[in-house]
Amino acid sequence: MNKLVSHIILALILILSQGLFFNNINFLGSINPFIYIFFIAYFPLKNNRTFFIFCAFIFGLIIDVFSDTHAIHAAATLTIAFLRPYFLKLYFGMAYEHQVVKFNSIELRQNLFYLLSIILIHHLILFGMETFDISKISLVIKNTFKTAIFTLITIYILFELIIKRAK
Amino acid sequence: MQRIIYFLIRNKDFILFLSLLTISLSININYNEYNKSKFFNSSNSLFSSLYNTKLTISKYFNLEYQNQLLAEENRNLRFMIYNSRNDQIEESDLDKINFNVTSASVIKNSYSYSNNFITINVGERDSIEIDNGVISSLGVVGIIDKISPNYSRFISILNTNFLLNAKFKKSNYFGVLSWNGININKVQLKDIPKQANVSIGDTIVTGGNSLIFPKGILIGYVDSFKLDNSENYLELEINLATDMTNIENLYVLKNNNIKEINSLDE
Repeated sequence: MNKLVSHIILALILILSQGLFFNNINFLGSINPFIYIFFIAYFPLKNNRTFFIFCAFIFGLIIDVFSDTHAIHAAATLTIAFLRPYFLKLYFGMAYEHQVVKFNSIELRQNLFYLLSIILIHHLILFGMETFDISKISLVIKNTFKTAIFTLITIYILFELIIKRAK
Repeated sequence: MQRIIYFLIRNKDFILFLSLLTISLSININYNEYNKSKFFNSSNSLFSSLYNTKLTISKYFNLEYQNQLLAEENRNLRFMIYNSRNDQIEESDLDKINFNVTSASVIKNSYSYSNNFITINVGERDSIEIDNGVISSLGVVGIIDKISPNYSRFISILNTNFLLNAKFKKSNYFGVLSWNGININKVQLKDIPKQANVSIGDTIVTGGNSLIFPKGILIGYVDSFKLDNSENYLELEINLATDMTNIENLYVLKNNNIKEINSLDE
């Protein structure tokens, strides 16, 4: 119960800080890190998958209302929530299948690759749906990589601050 | 039958994923005709009150620049008053006011997407209507597309769905202004006939063909130009006069004659 409440509070904080602060950073013109992916990436491992997918969709939709976009965050968040178990299996292998993975004790290299692949897929869908124009694919890819670097850095800092601290 | 149900239960996550993805895709596609979005925007009351709180805090950091802009504008207006030829406005002129001007300030700016919307703090109660024009003291910034009682949202000039009739200040060649979503300081002006005598630095202003803006409001300056694919028309890159990343005080223009003019087309 206690854990559930702390996760709801974390979600609220992430939504508010994304909507009111991180959407307005505009580093180098237009780069905004999407820190709310943190919520999806480090959601507790023991969960009901259906509930998790539904949660992610609602979460993305709220971000959409804050950013004045039209369900693009919802679609991107939904997709990474759906794909998360496959990435966990890919990077943590047997440890994940035996349910002994703990986020506060994973290796740096595994963690970074896991985060990077989730972030790249999220951003690709986000910018792809936002531009919605196949002839501008190079713009989409350029935006994806530029933003992904900053999202990765900010989420890793959050990881060190929140999850490593709690250990 | 049992097998179908069993299949559905086994794949329920994937089915849920697909259906939610379809929902979000359809929202996104529907949006492309941009007026259809009924509740996905920040002129909703809860979100606008949140943004309003944020505005009252962050406003102070930008005061100096905004004051400078207003002072500059005041100077220009005074200049115009002192230099006008007829000292007294004739009474009959007052009946002919074509555009009502309402001042507004930005609650939420956005320019990092390819379809940007900006929310401002005036709405229906200030007699704002859909399709009113929005300008800053430096030039055109957008057109109102949604209103609520106290707030309204407008399509920024930095929106790939934004179209505007524009012409040269020095001649009457006109074309269509739009944005390709790449550079937030540059917009594109298309369909200018190639016999137009273009040079770099020329001033581009609004054309009189639209009822939204009066003729001759500044948009920007020519940065470069080239022939388009048909080789009959020019495509121009325009440097925007307004810095869209730093706007605060805006003016909403409402055309009073729009009903009368539209009645001619019926």
